[in-house]
Amino acid sequence: MTRHETPQTPPRDGALPRPAKGCRDTPILKQRGQHEVFCGLTGIIWLHRKMQDAFFLVVGSRTCAHLLQSAAGVMIFAEPRFGTAILEETDLAGLKDAQDELERVVVDLLERRSDIRQLFLVGSCPSEVIKLDLARAAEKLSAQFAPKVRVLNYSGSGIETTFTEGEDACLASMVPSLPETDKRQLMLVGALPDVVEDQALDLLNKLGIDDVCVLPARTLDSGLAVGPNTVFALTQPFLGGTHAALERRGARHIPAPFPFGEEGTTLWLSAIAREFGVDLAHFDAVTSAPRARARKAVAKAAERLAGKSVFFFPDSQLEIPLARFLTRECGMDAIEISAPYIHKGVVGDDLDLLAEGPTIAEGQDVDLQLDRCRAAQPDLTVCGLGLANPLEAEGLATKWAIELVFSPVHFYEQAGDLAGLFSRPLRRSDMLRVEAAE
Amino acid sequence: MKLSVWTYEGPPHVGALRVATAMKDLHYVLHAPQGDTYADLLFTMIERRDHRPPVTYTTFQARDLGADTANLFKTACQQAYDRFKPQAMIVGASCTAELIQDDPGGMAETMGLPVPVIPLELPSYQRKENFGADETFFQIVRHLIRNMDKTRHVSCNLIGPTALGFRHRDDVTEVTALLEEMGIAINVVAPYDATPSDISCLGAAHFNVLMYPETGEAACRWMEREMGMPYTKVVPIGVGATRDFVNEVAALADVQPQLDTARLRLPWYSSSVDSTYLTGKRVFLFGDGTHVATAARIARDEMGFEVVGMGCYNREMARNIRALAKEYGVEALITDDYLEVERAIESLAPEMILGTQMERHIGKRLGIPCAVISAPVHVQDFPARYAPQMGIEGANVIFDTWVHPLVMGLEEHLLHMFREDFEFHDAAGPSHHGGHAPKPEEVEAQPQPTKTVQAIWLADAERELKKIPFFVRGKARRNTEIFAANQGVEEISVDTLYEAKAHYAR
Repeated sequence: MTRHETPQTPPRDGALPRPAKGCRDTPILKQRGQHEVFCGLTGIIWLHRKMQDAFFLVVGSRTCAHLLQSAAGVMIFAEPRFGTAILEETDLAGLKDAQDELERVVVDLLERRSDIRQLFLVGSCPSEVIKLDLARAAEKLSAQFAPKVRVLNYSGSGIETTFTEGEDACLASMVPSLPETDKRQLMLVGALPDVVEDQALDLLNKLGIDDVCVLPARTLDSGLAVGPNTVFALTQPFLGGTHAALERRGARHIPAPFPFGEEGTTLWLSAIAREFGVDLAHFDAVTSAPRARARKAVAKAAERLAGKSVFFFPDSQLEIPLARFLTRECGMDAIEISAPYIHKGVVGDDLDLLAEGPTIAEGQDVDLQLDRCRAAQPDLTVCGLGLANPLEAEGLATKWAIELVFSPVHFYEQAGDLAGLFSRPLRRSDMLRVEAAE
Repeated sequence: MKLSVWTYEGPPHVGALRVATAMKDLHYVLHAPQGDTYADLLFTMIERRDHRPPVTYTTFQARDLGADTANLFKTACQQAYDRFKPQAMIVGASCTAELIQDDPGGMAETMGLPVPVIPLELPSYQRKENFGADETFFQIVRHLIRNMDKTRHVSCNLIGPTALGFRHRDDVTEVTALLEEMGIAINVVAPYDATPSDISCLGAAHFNVLMYPETGEAACRWMEREMGMPYTKVVPIGVGATRDFVNEVAALADVQPQLDTARLRLPWYSSSVDSTYLTGKRVFLFGDGTHVATAARIARDEMGFEVVGMGCYNREMARNIRALAKEYGVEALITDDYLEVERAIESLAPEMILGTQMERHIGKRLGIPCAVISAPVHVQDFPARYAPQMGIEGANVIFDTWVHPLVMGLEEHLLHMFREDFEFHDAAGPSHHGGHAPKPEEVEAQPQPTKTVQAIWLADAERELKKIPFFVRGKARRNTEIFAANQGVEEISVDTLYEAKAHYAR
């Protein structure tokens, strides 16, 4: 399929009006203080499930191991495909030794686990501070174990990455080693649950876009390649580094709002459809049924959400697209929307659709932000697990943010579930009569 | 460098957090990078605490490293004081901050804060969580305790309960009641719910009750040496230990030993005929040293189990557990390597595991029932109901908890009688476990790379083996294979199976 010269706009049947003024140019409140967020290592929890032949070896401290274990919540796997090479006193004494030690650990691991095809050496705060050269180690080990195992490295350290930025760093680390291709293709970028990914591929296929690949691929042998005729669409709003890495390989980004809710999914798909010159009538034929389903499903949860206020603490980077979904499709009022960092090249289209009014904040001083939240008394607060119960105890309904990263929430068929994640805490507080029973 | 999959203990600053979070009006300023705040959720989610832990993380980032992390610490420290106005502060570094050597203690000292500021030195690359809690509490005591007159009436302190402790909340209630029945007043419970000013009054008590050596021993030893305050050595978990504890306390307080056993049910429940099936159940124990040691005595003397192995993950208790293991005629496993524990359990093939949440997972995989006796904790270890481990009620709770994962006596009998019945088929598992019963087929499908016995099972024998209830089948298979190997038998027939059964009969 060839690209049309003039961009087409698919029919916007029932489309929501654009706001008179969006939030793209709203001054951003930037504060510096305690950040109540995870570090980038946390992404390993979902990345290792997505890449079935990969092992993630964190080179760090006992704290890193403890974080992964605590973030994973329960230990489902006897021997999971991630672990921590814990630095000990002797490793800190001499750097050369630490390098040798790391190689020893990797060799042991690869000998024991023949199922591993991709190994990620993941940098942590301590390994960054002592300047352990993981890139050199990865290169050396890659040469040693090629072609069976590919060894890559990235940093998931808290001093460099915030929560979902770990996935960004991981995906970006894979881009330089991808084979070159001249094929005209669409690359979807972001680790989604398989069920959601399959839905997206199915929709694109029905639109007539056949050459679609996904980064990260489920296995090393998937044949994933990149080149100047590759166009890519991000499925997650935290992939700025991967975006830049793909552009360096000649690929071109298709900017769009993120595929959350009916509107987000439609706009995201239509941007791709425009790129591939998909006929309007065909676009409508493919999307009208799922769009109607999504609208219906969202409407049900929106009954409870309409007119309610929401306050976002910075956490997963999903805050801006989700605020767009909650305000435009569910009728909520956003008081404050904060994100760990704001990359307008990535979330600009979502900011455009978000009506002006809410405070847009980047970074965090958690104590000051809690003061603002308490003063605003929002109907719903979206925050991390460290804050949720304390805020509930103060009488504020909360939605903990990490569930948004783990659960299938993208595209049409999950739009209702996504709205449900936010309406459930409110419905629950309506239902409970625990005070009266005492 | 050591490859670790799951860890039993967090880093030492998490131990310090457990002390700080347990206390009131104390604030911890932790020099740490972004991300270390994950520790907050341990308290707010696992323990369902309704307040944020009283901790300020300085949250330095890569760009601060070249600039001024020291100043960042000072600002955070001053702001924490201004906002929270604590009675005292503790300051320290997490693993990363230890590497950049900013010396939080020294900096805080120069700031002239109007409250005591206690520096913590917790070596992150050598020690772990329990050490961190023990050392932090010791430093708090050492800095804040004041000389004062003893209470007129005999009193003691309860030392060691922390946030995120295994049943600490309910143990405090139980032990308090037990001591008050003997006419001994509680002066201070610490660190749990204590304020810094409470800590300064510790010296008013006549002696200390050391509830948890893991988190309170350093402080108790110091108070004994410096303040002349003796402390208890018996941890009252189990019937026998509770009686010993009462006698020990009575001697320290110079009162008559007294224990109201009206509510104590473990001895009768254990003697009643339904418990016959517990006789000689082979159990493996693993956890922190204190809980394992107390559980060993209960298992053998109060439940009639056979202890086939024991161990602990905290090296501080290695000597005690080795000595105890010797007494029980088993080998002690001192390790914090989860895979090593799993291998030990696999090779010992116990009928039950008394362990931590980690062993519960091992048990799930191997199809072995497990009851949890020790930290590391899980949200399940903070039940809504009153569920102590110590004292009279603790013994009752332990009886129920340990029996629950097993197939009940009468039910085991029925399973045997109706083993071909659709409701009692092998895969049904204990009826009170609903859909969560172990699935023996999956367990058997696990590859067993360490299989050294090469005897072949004849079809008849294999069929006969299937008739044996699933929860003992693994042991029957293993025993038969060992028996066959010892006898030099290469083919296992039905006869071999029953000869082996006779051989291993107890």
